[in-house]
Formats: sequence, C-alpha cells, structure tokens
Amino acid sequence: MSDVIEASGLTKRYGQVVALDGLDLTVPEATVLGLLGPNGAGKTTAVSILATLLQPDAGAATVAGFDVCRAAEQVRKQIGLSGQYAAVDEHLTGFENLDMIGRLYRLGRRRARDRARELLERFGLADAADRPVKTYSGGMRRRLDLAGALVAEPRVLFLDEPTTGLDPRSRTELWGVIRELVGRGATLLLTTQYLEEADQLADDILVIDHGRAIAHGTADELKRDVGGERIHVAVCSQEEVPVAREVLARFATAEIHVDIGSRELIAPIRGGAQVLTQALRALDDRHVALNDVGLRRPTLDEVFLALTGRTAEEQEHDRAAPDATEREEVA
Amino acid sequence: MIQRAAYAFGDATVIAKRNVIKIKRVPEVLVFVLLSPIMFVLLFAYVFGDSIQVPGGDYREFLIAGIFVQTVLFGSTFTGAGLADDMQKGIINRFRSLPMSRSAVLAGRTSSDIIYNLLSLAIMSLTGLIVGWRIRDSILEAVAAFALLLLFAYAFSWVMASVGLMIPSVEVINNATFMILFPLTFLANTFVPTENLPSGVRTFAEWNPVSSAAQAVRELFGNIPPDAPEPTAWSLQHPTLYTLLWIAAIIAVFAPLSVRQYKRATSR
Repeated sequence: MSDVIEASGLTKRYGQVVALDGLDLTVPEATVLGLLGPNGAGKTTAVSILATLLQPDAGAATVAGFDVCRAAEQVRKQIGLSGQYAAVDEHLTGFENLDMIGRLYRLGRRRARDRARELLERFGLADAADRPVKTYSGGMRRRLDLAGALVAEPRVLFLDEPTTGLDPRSRTELWGVIRELVGRGATLLLTTQYLEEADQLADDILVIDHGRAIAHGTADELKRDVGGERIHVAVCSQEEVPVAREVLARFATAEIHVDIGSRELIAPIRGGAQVLTQALRALDDRHVALNDVGLRRPTLDEVFLALTGRTAEEQEHDRAAPDATEREEVA
Repeated sequence: MIQRAAYAFGDATVIAKRNVIKIKRVPEVLVFVLLSPIMFVLLFAYVFGDSIQVPGGDYREFLIAGIFVQTVLFGSTFTGAGLADDMQKGIINRFRSLPMSRSAVLAGRTSSDIIYNLLSLAIMSLTGLIVGWRIRDSILEAVAAFALLLLFAYAFSWVMASVGLMIPSVEVINNATFMILFPLTFLANTFVPTENLPSGVRTFAEWNPVSSAAQAVRELFGNIPPDAPEPTAWSLQHPTLYTLLWIAAIIAVFAPLSVRQYKRATSR
C-alpha cells in the first residue's frame, strides 16, 4: 500500500505565531487519517498547505505523487476540499453550485450537469436542488459542500472539520456519508476537534497541538497508551455497594471510585474482558444484583488530557463537544 | 498557450455567469445601485445647481457627465465588496482548490460588474434627459462616450479587486473606498469647473483622470458650449487620450497585481 499523502517537516509561521512546527504525516491509499487537535492546533493550516492554498515556510509534501508547491496544478486535479465553513454560494441553488464546480473542473457542460444531479440525489438533496442554498439547513449546506468536493471524483479528499457546529443528528448523518465514501476507496484526511469523530471515522489518528504531532496511532492504541481500563458497575441497591466494593478490590489495580448516590463503582483494572468476566463471576457468587456493567476504556478526551495536560474542552469551551463517553457493553 | 487562454476564458465565463445569477437573486442591491445616481442628479440639479457657475450657463448640461463618471467609479466598489464577500465565506478557498485558471475569478468578477454600470448608465441617461440634458453630437460619439465610461469603470474594478483581496471585509471595503473615491470625484471637474477651484487643488483636479474622463464624455456628448474657455492643462485638452492612457496603466498594474494576490489569498 503506497502513501497517497506524504508530508515532512511542514512549518508555517504567521509573524510570531507558529502555526505548524515541523509536522510529518502520511496517509496510505484508501485509508482515513484523523488530524485531531483543539482550536489553533494547526489543523486547518496543514490542510491548506496540502490542498495547495498555502505555501509552507519549510518542509515538503506530496499528494498523489505530486509536489504541493512545484506541481500545485496537478495536485488540484487529484483533490477535493470541503472546508470548515461551508464554501457554497448561498444565492445559487444546490444544482447551480455543483454544476458550476463541475464546469470549473472542466467536466464539460453535459457531464457537469449529470454529475450535479447524481450527487444531489445521492446526498438526499434532490428535492432542494433548485432552491437557493440560503434556504438550506446547516446539515444540508454541509452535505452540499461535501458533494462539491466530490464532483470530479477525486482520489484524495480533505475534509476540514466537516461537522463543526452541526447538531448531533446532522453529524451522525454526515458520518454515514463519509463512511460510504471511504468504503468506495477514497483516501481521506479529516481534521476534527471532536474526539468521538476521529474515533468513529479514522483508521489512524494523529493528535496535534501547537503545530506539532504529539501522538499517533489507532484510537485503540492511543487509549491503550494512556492505559487504565476500568470496570464500571452499577448495583441494584445501596446495601450491595460495600459487597461489590470488596469483590472488585480483588481485581482493581488502583483505588476504586464509589458513588453511593448512583450506586456506581469504577475499578481500574488490567487484563480487559477476561478480568471483567472473572469479576462478574465473583460478583454473581456473592449474589450481587447488577443494574449495569461495562468495560470502560478512557475516552479520547482523557487521552488528550494525558498527552497535553489539558482537556480538549478547556481549549474550546465555546464549542459544545458531543458526549464522548464510550463503553463496550458486555452485559 | 491558446489552450490555456481558452480555458481561462471558459472559466471566467462560468464565474461571470454565477455573478449574474446573483444579481438576479438579490435585486435589492440593484435598487440602490440605480437609485443613488438619480438622487445625485436631482440633488445637484435642483439644490446646488443655481449657485454653481459654469461656462455657457447650463449647469445641468455640465453636471450629467460628471455624475456619469462618479457613478461608474463608485460602481467599481462592487468588485471589491463581491470579492471580499467571497473571501469571507470561504468560496475563494474552494475556487483556489480547483484546477481552474488563476485569473478566472477576477476576470469573471470584473466583467460581470460591467452589468451594474450598464444598468446605472441607462437609468442616469433617462434621468438626465428628464432634467434637460441632451446628446448633442452624433450617436457614434455618444456610443464612444458610454464605452469610455465602461472602460474607465472596468479599470477601477481591477483596483478594487486588489483592495477586496487585501481587506476581506465588506464593511471595511465600503468605508475605505468611500474615503478614497469621494475626494477623487470631488477634487475634479465633476461638479464644478476646474477654473472655480483654488490653485493647488486646481492642478490636482486638472490632472485627475476623473476630470479628464468627465471632460472627454462632455466633449463626446457635445455638452461643452462653444464659448467655453479652452482648458490650459494638456490632460484636459486631450481628455480621451489622457483617460485611455490612465485606463491602460491601471489595468497593466492592477490586473497582474490582483492575480498575484489571488494566488496567495487565504481567508484565514
């Protein structure tokens, strides 16, 4: 498998501010790289350089084998870009927007028109095709913007925070669309500040902060690196809490967190599902009735905290992150 | 080379078409484009008209050409505002990520903005005719006058394109261009003959291309009375040539400059 996107030592300064500080990244063909970081981490700068919108101060990058600085025009023929702010013209209709993009990719009059209709159909916008984009909802605009990136069926896609500012339903919808694209073999670089989004969509995650990569791996690997799986147990009655605590203490690697009010216990363990099974048997032996149980691994939020000493939320308090709690249900 | 030029032309046409659709979708803009020159004609013709002395004595005849020049000049603001708006909304980023010609967005924009000027010239001509202005020379010369006005506006569109890419905020653009264009159109013979101006200002006004454009248009429409004094400055003795030189110079400087800016433009 060859790398479709390759960047090394990308550096970009704006006056005193270092937006990118020697960023390296590679994206193998037909995979998704999630570029994860808080606001101002350098995600958009990285995408802008790879999409030929910006010249790096230092470093080099190739996309589909073409140098982004020296063969920018060739690169542009291979890529589709969908930005954080829906770059569609709100006075044009959905159809006119896509038709225009098709013409600018020089697909020819006929092909541009067919392709526009095809994409509007596929993205569930056929009914709204001839309405000005002004009348679209946020989710519809994003879908149209994404459709715009796909007009010329590019090999490489850059999606810069595709779901920022969307409500949870539109976000889930858009995730479905993106998964489908990847299923068709597109190579995708996705930036996001939603930890859950990277987990959901990316094969590989690069966590960046202050323009530098601070961690790299799959979502699972990142969580493992930070360590600390926990058994999460909710018992039926308060009398059972001390018993459950006594049982769990045999498996716990550190102090057990107990919440009497909600009758919940969280026990850090090592050994995953196997240890969980043993713990469940032990609880059952003592006839502890369970309301809920799960093996909970650290969320990417916690990963971020462990890596940077700050939670992602601390950097983006003005944006609401989706609920990032993840659990592997076994009961 | 020819292939490239054909592509650039095709891309510019696509962009111009997009802008024309927008003119149709936002007719409110047109209303203001068309109303403000009417307001200026009426204001100057009826309020200040009696107190401004012009050679030959017919102020309205003198005034209309000045208003024509002023209006098309202000019309160029649309180019800057339109580009600033596209920058702000990230549309320029989308265009820049496409394998399209690097000059097309600007060429398309400056071309489609001619439509605003065509429409406002039509409305102003009507208003002018109503208040007593007349085309007194041949139709051919009148056509030449309108063509010169449109070319003049087109050249300034490129200046504003450059401004629009430099300052990607519609509000700032509107205020900034007002601050530049207002003095430029008043320190000229648009509303008063240069002879009436104090000497320092007078020299500036005589060599101001806005003056020569107004003078050229007056000549071509036949609005200069036979007993008017011969202008002393070369620029006003050969107003059409002098204006054309300015137009060529402005385009030669600002077209490549704004394309260069476009290549580097990023909205964030």
